[in-house]
Amino acid sequence: MSGILSYGSYLPYRRLQRAHIASAMGTPAGRGSRSVASYDEDATSMGVEASRAALAHLPGGSGAEQVFFSTTRPPYLDKTNAGVLHAALGLDQDAFAVDMVGSVRSGVGALKSALASSEASLAVSADIRTGLPGGVDERDGGDGAAALLCAAAGEFIADYLGGDSASAEFLDRWRVPGEIASKVWEERFGESAYVPLAAAAVSRAFEQVGITATDIDHLIVTGLQARAVRSVAKAVGVRPEALVDDLTGVVGNTGTAHPALLLASVLDVAAPAETIAVVVLADGVDVMIFRTTELLPSRRQPLGVRAQIEASRDDLSYAKYLTWRGILRTEPPRRPDPVPPAAPPSYRSERWKYAFVGSRCSCGTVHLPPARVCMRCHAVDQVSPESMREVKATIATYTIDHLTYSESPPAVVGVLDFDGGGRFQCQLTDVDPDSLSIGDRVEMTFRNVYTANGIHNYFWKARPVRGQD
Amino acid sequence: MASRGILDRVAIVGMGCTPFGELWDKDASDLIVDASQEALASANMTMGDVDAFWLGTMNSGTSGLTASRPLKIDNKPVTRLENMCATGSEAFRNACYAVASGAYDVAMAVGVEKLKDGGFSGLTGSIPPNDGTFPDISAPALFAALAPAYGNKYGVDDETLKDVFTHIAWKNHRNGVKNPRAQFRKEVAKQTIKDSPLVAGPLGIFDCSGVSDGSAAAIIVRAEDAHRYQAKPLYVKALSFVAGAGTGPMDPDYDYTSFTEVVASCRDAYQQAGITDPREQLAMAEVHDCFTVTEMVLMEDLGFADRGTAWKDVLAGAFDHNGTLPVNPDGGLKSFGHPIGASGLRMLFEIWLQLRGEAGERQISNGKKLGLTHNLGGAPGSAVSFVSIWGSEPSA
Repeated sequence: MSGILSYGSYLPYRRLQRAHIASAMGTPAGRGSRSVASYDEDATSMGVEASRAALAHLPGGSGAEQVFFSTTRPPYLDKTNAGVLHAALGLDQDAFAVDMVGSVRSGVGALKSALASSEASLAVSADIRTGLPGGVDERDGGDGAAALLCAAAGEFIADYLGGDSASAEFLDRWRVPGEIASKVWEERFGESAYVPLAAAAVSRAFEQVGITATDIDHLIVTGLQARAVRSVAKAVGVRPEALVDDLTGVVGNTGTAHPALLLASVLDVAAPAETIAVVVLADGVDVMIFRTTELLPSRRQPLGVRAQIEASRDDLSYAKYLTWRGILRTEPPRRPDPVPPAAPPSYRSERWKYAFVGSRCSCGTVHLPPARVCMRCHAVDQVSPESMREVKATIATYTIDHLTYSESPPAVVGVLDFDGGGRFQCQLTDVDPDSLSIGDRVEMTFRNVYTANGIHNYFWKARPVRGQD
Repeated sequence: MASRGILDRVAIVGMGCTPFGELWDKDASDLIVDASQEALASANMTMGDVDAFWLGTMNSGTSGLTASRPLKIDNKPVTRLENMCATGSEAFRNACYAVASGAYDVAMAVGVEKLKDGGFSGLTGSIPPNDGTFPDISAPALFAALAPAYGNKYGVDDETLKDVFTHIAWKNHRNGVKNPRAQFRKEVAKQTIKDSPLVAGPLGIFDCSGVSDGSAAAIIVRAEDAHRYQAKPLYVKALSFVAGAGTGPMDPDYDYTSFTEVVASCRDAYQQAGITDPREQLAMAEVHDCFTVTEMVLMEDLGFADRGTAWKDVLAGAFDHNGTLPVNPDGGLKSFGHPIGASGLRMLFEIWLQLRGEAGERQISNGKKLGLTHNLGGAPGSAVSFVSIWGSEPSA
């Protein structure tokens, strides 16, 4: 039997109050907020963050032998985005990494593939949901990521009991490549297609697993067709308290990532031996049923979904949101355009650039970036790799840069002294420049520093420690 | 291992310096011609008298042809070199060594930079293809990192530091008013400086040197030959240049309140020239005030003030034109702007005028006969530094 070894989720630091959209666009007042990926985040970088949370408990590297990455907003086409995840997570070279991109259903596809594999597989799903200004998708979408490490055997936090699927070809939601917003058919039609498909798939899954609706402790029903989701949730017939909050209020629907994100939110709180049913409506219906194990309470992700929401802020302006999404074009700084990273140096420094691995000299001195000649003892090539990705740091000094090129000026740069040695000077993100001071605590986060010539310059930045230091 | 220096082995017999500014009607070639012709005239020489040339420029040209083409130099050695913002000084230093070695009788150092044609705010430069992991930080932001570190270490509050920076900008602008070659020749009120829009950290526009075009040149001969060309030559007492290992941004022991490279090159230069009390012995100093915070920190690195006290001395006017040690009496980078390849030689030009009593309205008359220039490239923790000392008399 297969199951889940560990899980993690990632919600960006910023949320946009729907009231801000309403007042700018003159649309009906919206309630709550939606999560917004920062200007330096994309599906890949958020996927890395969720994966780090998922792998946080696993000693001696992650053990992931495969990566399945799903998103509707792939930062690259042709080129494999999962390769960036693979590199950033420092996985073994012989691990398989592949994208499942384009359709919303690919999130379930990644998860089902991971559960069906004989190798330890990381299913990562991440999305940036965008609509045209003032539209429903913009209002109700959300940005986020989730990762589940699955295996055919091992110390599971949740056993996969089984599931079923139904597929059907109908026009519910579609988007032509290159467009920022999708189009949808009338909701009542979608509902009429989804509900019978769901009824059939759910009953087959229950039968296969040998449970009834009343055995379900947590029911997740999700999809981008809100009317159909509501109908299906009602039709399954679980106890009312078993229905899981779908986070529309404060996060919005994160599309591809949403099934795994909601599952993570349940794993954050579920007790051992509880049954979780996940029903996903996307070009068909997928049902997956899990049962939590005794191990779950000791293996929860470091910062739960609720805690991540609490550690975020909802004061993002609508104009800034539009700028970050590339919908509102603003005056560029009078500075040269950023230069794309070059392929050979990026490949040579893969461990540094993607996995933030420095070097430690035999005398103990840590070098960031890695150096062949020691700055203290001047020994040559007496170095071993030193992973600094999960090491926290303290701000030694900092600077606010209003002049340099930035997609969200001003750029903030900190000089970081890492716990246990090592210093690095890098950009800070998710930070309020006015509240910065020497001695502040920061942690590393994987970002898209900028994009030039279509090349995404992925690297690490520091952000104020989120959650417990 | 030794740095012996070339005390009194070479002398400067001629210098030239163009006005610095937005020179829309001149290109780098014009500026090289203007500065070198002025230098030759002041040395009573013609171009044919010069045996070898050193051209300093960062981005305004490559190879010796950048100078040989406009100057129509027929088949003589012309070396183009670059050492970031210390490029002009580096051209001068190499020319001095060539003469001191006996290889040439007469050498010319010329520095030039044409920045305004680029159309950008602040300095720009090209870097080799790389992995994109080096943070793209503007020059003012790199230097602004000194401010919180200094304030934190010495317990100076933000407001006081801002006053210190403001005083430095105010002083250098004030000095520049009396300098016909300066780009900015207006006295600026302290409140205007203080209120100027922020560029990086606590540094406003008026805390930053401007973007400028310009050129300066010097002619160097053996000391014993100097009086053949020039009644009032200046003697090179010390030249020191160091490049740091660039470890500040990766070394937790570096505290961002000092330029260790400046301390090293300064110690070397003082040893070469026999300086023991710079504040007492020097008539004046031209220092690399790329940003106001830089000048404050340099006062300590150059030994003009004790550690943690420069801010007080600045506010007390110690480095004003009438202070105990005038710093940047020509207006500094602040008034001149900073055409990279020219700045080091522009600093030398002020010493040339001052020690020979030709500085006109801004003449310093404290009777001292030594002057210092300091030229910096790079950023805190990762810099190159040049210090030179000149005298109007050979040592006894």
